[in-house]
Amino acid sequence: MIEIENVRKSFGALEVLKGVSMTVEKGEVVTVIGGSGSGKSTLLTCINGLEAIQGGKITVDGTVVHDPRTDLNKLRQKIGIVFQQFNAFPHLTVLENVTLAPRKVLGMSREAADEIAVKQLSHVGLADKLSVYPSRLSGGQQQRMAIARALAMSPDYMLFDEVTSALDPQLVGEVLDTLRLLASEGMTMICVTHEMRFAREVSDRVAFFREGLIHEIGTPAQIFEAPEKPETAAFLKVAH
Amino acid sequence: MFNYTFHWHQAFRALPDMMWGALVTIEVAVFSMVLGIAFAVLLAVARLSSNRLAYGAATVWIEVARNTPALFQIYMAHFGLGSFGIHLSPWWALLAGITFNNAGYLAETFRGALRAIPATQTRAARSLGMGPIRAFWSVVLPQMFRISFPPMTNQMVWAILMTSLGLTVGLATDLAGVTQELNVRTFRTFEFFALAAVLYYLIAKAVMLGARLIAWRLFRY
Repeated sequence: MIEIENVRKSFGALEVLKGVSMTVEKGEVVTVIGGSGSGKSTLLTCINGLEAIQGGKITVDGTVVHDPRTDLNKLRQKIGIVFQQFNAFPHLTVLENVTLAPRKVLGMSREAADEIAVKQLSHVGLADKLSVYPSRLSGGQQQRMAIARALAMSPDYMLFDEVTSALDPQLVGEVLDTLRLLASEGMTMICVTHEMRFAREVSDRVAFFREGLIHEIGTPAQIFEAPEKPETAAFLKVAH
Repeated sequence: MFNYTFHWHQAFRALPDMMWGALVTIEVAVFSMVLGIAFAVLLAVARLSSNRLAYGAATVWIEVARNTPALFQIYMAHFGLGSFGIHLSPWWALLAGITFNNAGYLAETFRGALRAIPATQTRAARSLGMGPIRAFWSVVLPQMFRISFPPMTNQMVWAILMTSLGLTVGLATDLAGVTQELNVRTFRTFEFFALAAVLYYLIAKAVMLGARLIAWRLFRY
């Protein structure tokens, strides 16, 4: 369970998160929607401790993320994150991209890591690209590789930060299909996204972010069909 | 007016000795390059760090290495340190001097390369549970070496040529040293130095060729 309590985060004088609270249960799929600069992506990088926070508390399975005694490297092993820019490691083949962390962080043997990597890469439809370098892949393929790379660490949670935003429109579908597959398998996911139809379809709950706060949160039916707040309705009108 | 008679056979007879000298030249250059790269990585990281002491020390090293003659640096390693009771043999002084110089130049090359690698690469590595050193070693460093490879090759050639400065601290076993010994014994200056120049040229070319092979083997992406 991920518990976010009254989290505040600033970059210099700019306060990006102004007291965000939210709880994500095991097995739940929560999508986060909202305008650019509303703090959605920042929240994800706070959850795995890539960013420090200035107030509040984030707890993952009882571990306080920003406690200085918390072993973040250990914590991150169970929280996979995929970014908007695919961040493929260009000097490694697709297989090596995926096996690097299992081998160097978890200390797996090459054989064991290869086995897991092949399984995850098959899962995202890249079984025929194992020995290819990322520069030879399309954006959608690179992003699916990034997903497999995160999954190879067997995380309990997956965070997706606008993973289709940097893709050509015709490549968005293949990545969303991968996310749908994960959701259907019961992976706990928080997806920051601009894909409203996707949000509506896979989410257990949808959170609408506005000006550093969760403005409204509820089931897709509530948010998309009967939003309580006028700002939510206004955003959805434009976003559709 | 031009009454110098060439005596090439004398030079060619000395060729094996000169080849042995060339081996010492290559040896010093290779060691100075390996050590120089290691120090340069540390210097480049120090220059990008927020630690003021590390930044300051690295800046001094880089500034002196890049803005004073290599001859001066080698002299200091031999005679300069000697004044403080630290006595390096000519071979070690030459190695120390060229390593110092290599590290200074390569540090700036590396610093530029590090800045060319997106910070998101480190973020991605860290988010997979890698510690900062592991992320640097496995993700950043290999990319840094690729970007820096052409200037590193130049530096290697430069290191080969700089070894000839060993003469000034009395190194007699490298290619320049052996050549000078032969010169003072025979006074066939032109022949010996021309032959030495050809050998230096061939070594430099071999370095370029070797570098191309390494790059072809290593950088498949």
